[in-house]
Amino acid sequence: MTRRLGVRRLVRFAVSLGVLMVVSFAMIHLIPGDPVRAALGPAAPLELVEARRAALGLDRPLPEQLLTYVTGVVTGDFGTSFLTGEPVGEVIASRLPNTLSLALLATAVALLIAVPLGMWAAVRTENGRNRGTELGFSATTGTAVAVPEFLYAIALVTVFAIALGWFPPAGKAGPLTYVLPVLALSLGPAAMIARISRVETLRELAKDYVRLARAKRLPAARLHLRHVLPNTLTATLTVGGLLLTSLIAGGVLVEYVFAWPGLGLKIVESITQKDYPVAQGVILVYGALVLVVNLAVDLVLGALDPTSAIKEA
Amino acid sequence: MTGWSRRNAPGVAGAVIVAAMAVLAVVGPPIWGDEAVRIDAAAILQGASPGHPLGTDNLGRDLLARVLVAGRYSLLLALAATAIGAVAGIVLGTLPSVLPRRAARLATGTVNALVAFPGLLLAMFTAVVTGLGARGAVLGIGAAIAPGFARLTQTLAATVANADYVSAARMLGVPRRRILTRHVLPNIAEPLILNLTQALGGALLGLAGMSFLGLGVQPPDFDWGRLLFDGFPRIYVTPEVALGPAAAVALAGIGFNLLGDALARAAARTSVVRERTPAPPVADGAGEPDPGAVLEVRDLTVTFPGGVTPVRQLSLTVAPGEIVGLVGESGSGKSLTAAAIGGLVPYPGTVTYAALRLGGRDVATLSDKELGTALAMVFQDPLAALNPALKVGGQLAEVAIVHEGADRAEARRRAVDRLGHVHLPEPERRARQHPHELSGGMRQRAVIAMGLMGTPRLIVADEPTTALDVTVQRQILRLLREVVEETGAATLFISHDIAVVGELCDRVVVMYAGRVVEELPAGRLADGAAHPYTKALIASLPDLDTDRSTPLAGIAGTQPAPGQIGLGCAFAPRCPLATARCESERPELVAHGPGQRVACWEVK
Repeated sequence: MTRRLGVRRLVRFAVSLGVLMVVSFAMIHLIPGDPVRAALGPAAPLELVEARRAALGLDRPLPEQLLTYVTGVVTGDFGTSFLTGEPVGEVIASRLPNTLSLALLATAVALLIAVPLGMWAAVRTENGRNRGTELGFSATTGTAVAVPEFLYAIALVTVFAIALGWFPPAGKAGPLTYVLPVLALSLGPAAMIARISRVETLRELAKDYVRLARAKRLPAARLHLRHVLPNTLTATLTVGGLLLTSLIAGGVLVEYVFAWPGLGLKIVESITQKDYPVAQGVILVYGALVLVVNLAVDLVLGALDPTSAIKEA
Repeated sequence: MTGWSRRNAPGVAGAVIVAAMAVLAVVGPPIWGDEAVRIDAAAILQGASPGHPLGTDNLGRDLLARVLVAGRYSLLLALAATAIGAVAGIVLGTLPSVLPRRAARLATGTVNALVAFPGLLLAMFTAVVTGLGARGAVLGIGAAIAPGFARLTQTLAATVANADYVSAARMLGVPRRRILTRHVLPNIAEPLILNLTQALGGALLGLAGMSFLGLGVQPPDFDWGRLLFDGFPRIYVTPEVALGPAAAVALAGIGFNLLGDALARAAARTSVVRERTPAPPVADGAGEPDPGAVLEVRDLTVTFPGGVTPVRQLSLTVAPGEIVGLVGESGSGKSLTAAAIGGLVPYPGTVTYAALRLGGRDVATLSDKELGTALAMVFQDPLAALNPALKVGGQLAEVAIVHEGADRAEARRRAVDRLGHVHLPEPERRARQHPHELSGGMRQRAVIAMGLMGTPRLIVADEPTTALDVTVQRQILRLLREVVEETGAATLFISHDIAVVGELCDRVVVMYAGRVVEELPAGRLADGAAHPYTKALIASLPDLDTDRSTPLAGIAGTQPAPGQIGLGCAFAPRCPLATARCESERPELVAHGPGQRVACWEVK
């Protein structure tokens, strides 16, 4: 990637982050009526509502509120929870690692399952041979893609935690508790990546360098792993990176099923309980995560692309 | 089951599931509606029983009936969300084509930023703003669907907007809005409708997810997600209560996905008519190996399903140190001949031959090691032939590593040595570079050097100079000749350029429509060519005496496709000398002077 392209990506990232901050600020103000009243309920005494409003700065002019909010976010002050009085920043800091570890592990597992599977299917179905394999592969992955992660989660809990008792059904305590949530989160993306990996591999197999490598009579393993695989990775990793963002979101449902102490569980709680500062903070963090992942994918791809030197020259 | 229906089986399954969902949505509530809300204090929170196959809920209501009834609400909400998303997305997507430039860029940027956001996140945002309930969830999922539609509309509209008929309309002064409604939208309707199917499935799953989290549908209403929300805490005791709604959601997701996939494939597929595959012709009579030939090909035939036979009973021999040119128009089968000799004919092609010998031995009996080191291939586009992800040196070295068990350092040394051998400047540095860092000529030198890693007995060069600059062409041709003289390898040089062939080769084999029509010493090309096709090829060459004011002499007509060759001489329809006999009877290749053979009735 040229430096200019990199700078442009960074600028775009900064702008998006700014917009995201304004949007998350606006969220509370978009709530019809008074959010404090909505949170405290119609029975709450007026003085309490007024006091809470003042404490939140909701009685100040809007531009001033925005400024206070942005300054707060930048310095790590996301406000305090309506319900528990905890600083939202602390809640996020304690829960973010749990969410991230789940998403990263799931991405890794998905890639490890999917890339070899897709390549295998491509090699077997090259030029339309083994129609049976092709049909089986596309039907299986097509089905696996379509099942949402929370159904995988429920099915896994029912079978492996409740019926068989192999894994704990909920909570986070040690490596075993990771198995089911990571699996639930990675199955759908794995099916998706396997399809892309197959298509990419088929595209590469048709190229001349593969013909030449075949003319050299290279063993199949060398041909596929050393020659074909590196050329399919760019596209596969792009999708893998973008899937990471959907994993972050899918994690909300999986965390809910497994009572996983991450941000996802927290956001569901906070929305249900109308704990707006927490919901606002968590949504902001989720949004920022998506932006960071997208930026990272862009930058990594720029660095990986072997033809980038041409553009630099 | 035939191939057609097998390929479409997933799509049919998807259509059946979706249709069943639609029927359920219509008939479910009238049939089971009462039972779904009938409270039974005596049957609270029960597991499966004959009376209640999926158990009952906290008010004793039958869960099976509730699942069947909830289909309508689930589908309606999904339809509403999809409609909101599609309308908002299409509007947002068409904005850039009607707005002024600056505003258009802002709209495009917004869409691009929104597309990256996971739908659930947007849905949660709206859930906070609108409060819990079906309305918020539908709005949120709709908002989540919109960016995808906007992006698709934008892309499609941009494609159509550049089409000729739109440009024409614009030049005629048709107003922009009219262009949009009359020309652009109708032409992008099909992919949009396709996307609608997939979005509907996505909306259904998204809404189920929201309700499952307790953020969507609230009691007393219920959709599948809400039933799952209620059933989920009970899975420790009675897992079957979650089974119904979970299965319904999964089935709906799978149905819409399979249907969407199949529709997308159908839209993308150009109709391919498959014919029955005839048995490949039997060839026999291998005979004794020709002791003077490195490459000996007899009656080589390449067949593809559908009776397409691009190479027909081709025979040729190449002696050590000899360069034989294989000439013909594109589609004459010369490249497939090269592929067949290299064992590289792609599936589903089949290769048969009476003899295909390298160094006197049937290629089928040669090991990979023998073939990998004795056969060197050079292709047309050296950039495509080199692996873009691997360094040049490594691609050469692996031949020695794989076939000769050389260690890395030794293989590397030889790779650099070979690169120097083909006059690549700075071979050390070049070996460490990727193919894209080399020029076209350097790449082709590297490919030739790769063939020299072993001890080549046969070099098959398939149009090795076609993709190169004229000056570079000369250098590569010189290099090839040098390599042949040095290694004594037999060389098959494939080209459509009879001038290049005449210059480089010792002998020329002319192919037309899959067969050899003439074979002659290269020195006799200018004045000794006998076949009318060879003559026409030579006549079509411009030289210094050619009158530049007249059009180039071409050959009238086109070569028949491999499936359309009749009984007679394939060239007859284009031949000035053709007689009735040429149309009905195929001439065999017969001797015609020293070292020359011709297949033509009219050559005496």
